[in-house]
Amino acid sequence: MSCKLLMGNEAIALGAIHAGVNVVTGYPGTPSTEVLETVAKNNPGDIYVEWSVNEKSAMEVAAGAAYAGARSMVTMKQVGLNVASDPLMSLEYVGVKGGMVVMVADDPGPISSQTEQDTRHFARFSKLPVFDPSSPEEAYRMIGEAFDYSEKYGTPVLFRPTTRICHGCASVELMEGRREHQPEGFVKDTSRWVIFPKLSYQNHLKIEKRQGVMGEDFSAYPRNRLTGEGRKGIAAGGVSYAYACEALKDCGQPYRMFKVATPYPFPEKLALEFLKGLDEVLVVEELDPVIERELTYLCGKHHLPVKIRGKLTGDMPQAGENTVELVKAAAAGFLGFAAEENAPVTPPPLPVRPPVLCAGCPHRASFYAVKQAMKGKKAVFSGDIGCYTLGNAQPLDMVDTCLCMGAGVTVAQGLHRVEPDTVNFAFIGDSTFFHTGIPGVINAVYNETDFVLIVLDNSTTAMTGHQPHPGTGKTMMGEISQKIDIEGLLRAIGVQCVVKANPLELQEAKDAVLKAVAHKGVSAVIFEAPCIAVTKPAPLLQVDKDKCTGCKRCIRELGCPALAVEGGKAFIEPSLCYGCTFCAQVCPFDAIGGMEQ
Amino acid sequence: MMNCILAGVGGQGTVLASKLIAQCAMNKGLHARTAETIGMAQRGGCVVSHVRVGERSDSPLIPLRSAHVLIGFEPSEAVRCLPYLGEDGVIVVSDKAIQPVTASLSGSRYDGEEMVDFLRKQGKRLVVLDAQEVVRECGTSKALNVALLGAAVQSGALGFSLEDVERALPQRMPQKFIPMNQKALQIGAQAARGV
Repeated sequence: MSCKLLMGNEAIALGAIHAGVNVVTGYPGTPSTEVLETVAKNNPGDIYVEWSVNEKSAMEVAAGAAYAGARSMVTMKQVGLNVASDPLMSLEYVGVKGGMVVMVADDPGPISSQTEQDTRHFARFSKLPVFDPSSPEEAYRMIGEAFDYSEKYGTPVLFRPTTRICHGCASVELMEGRREHQPEGFVKDTSRWVIFPKLSYQNHLKIEKRQGVMGEDFSAYPRNRLTGEGRKGIAAGGVSYAYACEALKDCGQPYRMFKVATPYPFPEKLALEFLKGLDEVLVVEELDPVIERELTYLCGKHHLPVKIRGKLTGDMPQAGENTVELVKAAAAGFLGFAAEENAPVTPPPLPVRPPVLCAGCPHRASFYAVKQAMKGKKAVFSGDIGCYTLGNAQPLDMVDTCLCMGAGVTVAQGLHRVEPDTVNFAFIGDSTFFHTGIPGVINAVYNETDFVLIVLDNSTTAMTGHQPHPGTGKTMMGEISQKIDIEGLLRAIGVQCVVKANPLELQEAKDAVLKAVAHKGVSAVIFEAPCIAVTKPAPLLQVDKDKCTGCKRCIRELGCPALAVEGGKAFIEPSLCYGCTFCAQVCPFDAIGGMEQ
Repeated sequence: MMNCILAGVGGQGTVLASKLIAQCAMNKGLHARTAETIGMAQRGGCVVSHVRVGERSDSPLIPLRSAHVLIGFEPSEAVRCLPYLGEDGVIVVSDKAIQPVTASLSGSRYDGEEMVDFLRKQGKRLVVLDAQEVVRECGTSKALNVALLGAAVQSGALGFSLEDVERALPQRMPQKFIPMNQKALQIGAQAARGV
């Protein structure tokens, strides 16, 4: 058996390939993205893989494939499941034929997300089972088991790793071969595949009955397990189980451990065995108190005199990630052992280092052009989800609102209804535009709103690591498809003023903005310039020390990470500069120019 | 058990360095586990990688005061992660400060030398790597990660030899980058000799 260093997401992908997955769909989103990419990279040739336009489409494509008997997997991050919740909620009633795994990555912290929502709640809400791996190694094997349970019960199942599982790497022992899965094909049956009130009523009864059966089944699932003995218990799921194991390794106190791999349907039988004879339980989990509520409920239902502690009782923090130290501190008081004190270190003041737009990023230029064009005018700038959310930072300060994918376009319209004399802008990236931006623009045209749409077209899905999308003309199967033209699309839905400009040409960009602002009704500027990560750098720039007066205008106005002050003058860090020339256009003294050869 | 923490700024190549350490471990038949910062923070924010080698550790994150080696890709980021370093830990740090945009804007630049001095006062073994020399010799600041790795290896605290890393290079990068990185490895090792 060979051993390989795999990222959790790679392990999930290889595990799914081993389990005979036939169709994989998804939409990029940290920390889930590498799952689909790894399937595409290791495609034995017979797996269909696509980046779908959004999570709802991805869920439906995967569902259709599973209707036809294929093993399908759909991947997304937690907020993506909100977009895909419509098909998911109905799919619960219809069910599937081939195994279908809905791989949703949660992000405690949050490290790269808008919310700290907990997909385990979605499992209860949609009455679908959920698998919660505690390590990349476990995820590798568990994904195949998830397919098996899905087929056994004819239902889609959720698979929910968290960031530390997705982006953690570990030595994983690879399984040999592959379990080939031949889809049977779609068999017409309107009483099965067409959702109707009567069918939903009948299936609702079946689903409720199934929950108990599955809970019983999961009590025997070896990844849900009890270890140790004592009067006190620790219950943990996901990566928190790993933290708990390490925190209690040498604690010297007896305790019983309940590892929960399927938080829903809850393995009640096993949980009762765990609770039997215990005085107290400390629940260690991230995001919401899901296991804690289940155990509290069980104690009430069975009149058990066991005190359940966790987030609800204030024994564990209610937000953010867990760590070994945090678990140790909570468990020390609970089990009665001494936790070491952390020796205080008092370092010199450390710099604040928030993420910023890259040097040479065309988004900086786009924001700056709009800012300059609107100087002294009343304007509100609605932003969206992507790298360009970073346009909120000083000195650009060009993101006044940000809510969720596609919302900038529609929030701008709501703002405008209340303040019609304000110019409302909505900034949206190319991938987000295709994802959920288009209906918002149609809404504006139909309802005759007056606002300016700014499409930041950098020819890629940049934030999540440069995935192709409908505007790039490339697919995950390596094929060249027809590029969907944003300008043509906007004109077709009735946007009468559409201007294209290169944001890195300041004057051209400002003129484009002014033209769009002057138009009454919906207007659009498409700023076209590729992401620096998908292009080669241009000749680098440098500062002419004799001409530079040290006015710092370039630094104050652009906030480019390659610009700094050195000896009272501007300085361009050559390892960061991309040669975008934008700072040269902003310099009032013509002090920035091309590097001498 | 060997715990190594790598601290830097997004874009400096901490992930590749941590993968190389893990690869060295795997090549020796040891279990490896890493945790990285991927996503928004990569855009010039603080990034930290945790690498755990040896016994089948449970947590992907190194507990405080448990790292045997702290590799600082930037002086202030090394200081930020100092609480992770254990009693007999070794520090390897690049001397070059990377000023965040906020510092340039507010004029509140910090002194990289002050950070290195603070590390020096900790009473730990410390290797300071001349980042300019790496750029001069290798022609790019992109080789800094492997140079730091070379210094850490030479310090003996990682439990690997330079040959182990050389063997891991082709497993983790395209052939065309190997000569440059072999050079970087040697420069780093040289900096750690006699410290």
